[in-house]
Amino acid sequence: MSITKKVSVLALGLGMVGTLAACGSSDGGQGSGDSRTVTLVSHDSWAASKDVIAAFEKSSGYKVRVLEDGDAGQAVNKAILTKDDPQGDVFFGVDNTLLSRALDNGIFQPYEAKGSDLILPEYRAGQDEHRVTPVDTGDVCVNYDKAYFSERGLTPPDSLDDLVEPRYKDLLVTENAASSSPGLGFLLGTAAKYGDGGRGWQDYWKKLKANGVKVVDSWEQAYNEEFSGSSGGKKAKGDRPLVVSYASSPPAEVIYADPQPATAPTGVAQGTCFRQIEYAGLLDNAANPEGGKALLDFLIGKEFQDDMPLNMFVYPVREGARIPEAFRKFGPQAEDPQTMDPAKIADNRDQWVKSWTSLVLK
Amino acid sequence: MDLARTEVKRRSTARGSAARLGLMAVPVAFFAVFFAYPVAAIVARGLKADGVWRFGRIADVLAQSDIRHVLWFTTWQALASTALTLLIALPGAYVFARFDFPGKQFLRAVVTVPFVLPTVVVGTAFLALVGRGGLLDELWGLRLDTTVWAILLAHVFFNYAVVVRTVGGLWSQLDPRQEEAARMLGASRLTAWRTVTLPALGPAVAAAALMVFLFTFTSFGVVQILGGPTFSTLEVEIYRQTSQVFDLSTAAVLTMIQFVAVAAVLAVHAWTVRRRETALRLVDAARTARRPRGAGQWALLAGVLVTVAGLVLLPLAVLVQRSLGASGFGYYRALTRADGGTFLVPPIEAIGNSLQYALAATAIAVVIGALAATALTRRDAGRFVRGFDALLMLPLGVSAVTVGFGFLIALDEPPLDLRSTWILVPLAQALVGVPFVVRTMLPVLRAVDARLREAASVLGASPWRVWREVDLPMVRRALLVAAGFAFAVSLGEFGATVFIARPDSPTLPVAVARLLGRPGDMNYGQAMALSTILMLVCAVALVVLERLRTDRSGEF
Repeated sequence: MSITKKVSVLALGLGMVGTLAACGSSDGGQGSGDSRTVTLVSHDSWAASKDVIAAFEKSSGYKVRVLEDGDAGQAVNKAILTKDDPQGDVFFGVDNTLLSRALDNGIFQPYEAKGSDLILPEYRAGQDEHRVTPVDTGDVCVNYDKAYFSERGLTPPDSLDDLVEPRYKDLLVTENAASSSPGLGFLLGTAAKYGDGGRGWQDYWKKLKANGVKVVDSWEQAYNEEFSGSSGGKKAKGDRPLVVSYASSPPAEVIYADPQPATAPTGVAQGTCFRQIEYAGLLDNAANPEGGKALLDFLIGKEFQDDMPLNMFVYPVREGARIPEAFRKFGPQAEDPQTMDPAKIADNRDQWVKSWTSLVLK
Repeated sequence: MDLARTEVKRRSTARGSAARLGLMAVPVAFFAVFFAYPVAAIVARGLKADGVWRFGRIADVLAQSDIRHVLWFTTWQALASTALTLLIALPGAYVFARFDFPGKQFLRAVVTVPFVLPTVVVGTAFLALVGRGGLLDELWGLRLDTTVWAILLAHVFFNYAVVVRTVGGLWSQLDPRQEEAARMLGASRLTAWRTVTLPALGPAVAAAALMVFLFTFTSFGVVQILGGPTFSTLEVEIYRQTSQVFDLSTAAVLTMIQFVAVAAVLAVHAWTVRRRETALRLVDAARTARRPRGAGQWALLAGVLVTVAGLVLLPLAVLVQRSLGASGFGYYRALTRADGGTFLVPPIEAIGNSLQYALAATAIAVVIGALAATALTRRDAGRFVRGFDALLMLPLGVSAVTVGFGFLIALDEPPLDLRSTWILVPLAQALVGVPFVVRTMLPVLRAVDARLREAASVLGASPWRVWREVDLPMVRRALLVAAGFAFAVSLGEFGATVFIARPDSPTLPVAVARLLGRPGDMNYGQAMALSTILMLVCAVALVVLERLRTDRSGEF
């Protein structure tokens, strides 16, 4: 008697979980094995025009599904953790600062996208085996609040050296290099400029700290809360007129304003820039590699490259791709940005972030 | 006759332990598969290299000064939060236990709302209150968002109800005549309280303090939002190491440290709970509460009401106010549109997702929790079973991030290929729901007179029939309350859900967090509107529960 009861109770409990799991998989199993759907895994800054995606779906016959998976670092880490059974076919959004982590963990399989030869040569460094394809680029630069400086008759800073000058004391807000991609970019920019060791970047950051740099966790917080020059920062009564952001932030302030001003309320300190390049790759063990390949071709195709700047506020990497007027006027790419070999970043990144954290945050 | 009875008893004992094992099997299997296995998988991923365990990492990690700093901060802020919560909430526990005043039931439900709200929402409410441009800033130019005070206050806000419910619940059932007797015998009011009431309350206060310590020791969302880059608890550090630095071995070591700390706290908690269950003269709560008398008591009541208003209602009100904004219900209307760009679906769909997930999670938690509670109440439950009681609480204290990532890497192969199914989210939520079901049902089940069950057995009823005819009618209400609590807790679960919720079907807390992560006025407003909706759903659930709960006194 009791045995049957025991069994029936067990069956009841397990049966319920089983039933739930079963009805779950029946409506939730897309993305695996469905060859008409191609899944793009990205970070949550991904954006594209609907008609451009629709055109790709029509010409290729694949339906595009997008999984936006947290911020850039988190998305890469999740892709690494799930590499044996990836959540999608193509991953977009690993930049040069994190590229080595993705490559060392072998999340991508080689594929030379059609049209790779049209990618501007300066973005092709480190592309052996074609495991990733450059898709866009942008400069991490200090932005300044034009009104703040003109009201006080002060010249805005123009270089990294300027930022440690006493006249810019308590004006700069930057992001946590451990948790934010522009924060890490800015740290790498200083490392590229001042080197590691002797009177290197650590010395520079000591001065920056003594000069009152403020560190917050995310770009959103720095730009939209603390920075006095952005529309969000104005609303939030931000009181820092200098912020680590992107060269393309000033045009965004114009394009998203209503009515649009004749000129951008913010400017870029040209001598503070670090160049980021974002890559996409075909995930190893992808369920639909053919669809993934088509999607990669599309990402560096003319149509997507033309469409991208105003969606994600980055620059295209393809020769002859259209650069919006506002970008040229208000957010030109830096003439001579700091850059760093991905291999050097790979060797030093974690150690630098660690020493930066104890130097600046503790 | 006696012989026959002994024989029946012996047989029923043998049958009892078989039945107990049967009852335990399902919860044990559930926790093994959906908790122990994923957590072990992610820890092993961090600590095992080429098939060899690297326990040397533990010493390496502990040798780092910034890790020791995190441990130190985690401990002292939890101690400070616990002390502050007791200080502020104990008068509240007294007032809710001993005084009768209009709106008491409603207020008791309302102070419980913060406890089931997701931490992102709480953090945001506090930021709107004490941050730049917040209410205090506008009124007095006072900002606390970069100080530890914001964290401590948010923790009090969160855990006020834990003390009011745990301590106040017992307090309301202590017979006031005992204290009166002591006073008659010449003891001063203070002496009478110290020698009579305090010892009786002691274990309950200790249990509440330990629960608050557990929740603040493992605090994640509050510290992450209000603490900025400088303050970090173990849980936040585990998240950073896993999600950003990608140092899985450090994360694994930290997870183990937290695991040990939480297990120790739970062991002490289980011990105090058992002490609390020792015989006390308990009376019907309805008989002990009365209207306040004299200026002192009225002042105490007023003080508690002001504290509740300032500390609990104000942050919630700020949330509502922010959700309305300049454009009336504009933010709410925006929730129905899909063109915001943040989601593939209109944010309003998150409500439907959340309700579905929470219902499934509740069903799982109630089945698992009720089976566990039934097994735990059997009077022949041994030490092993009692230990299981504490084990069931572990998910409350183990890093949700660890569980979430563990799910991702462990549950991706047949026969447990659940990663792309929706059931993953309810399973994670049920893990935090089960402890509440067990805790709600256990005292009620234990209070069922064992002689009733024995009598039924002697008369030949099967264990199943005994349960159905004796236990079920008595615990039906407790079961409903447990289900309601599990539902509210599942609705608010954030830590694990955020890692496994599919981007095209976010839950309410996940949608709120994602809206907050996007720049722009509209996104912020929508986050506030969704938070307000979530808060209202939780509040309604709790008010209904409060009604069910108070009726109970008449039944038993």
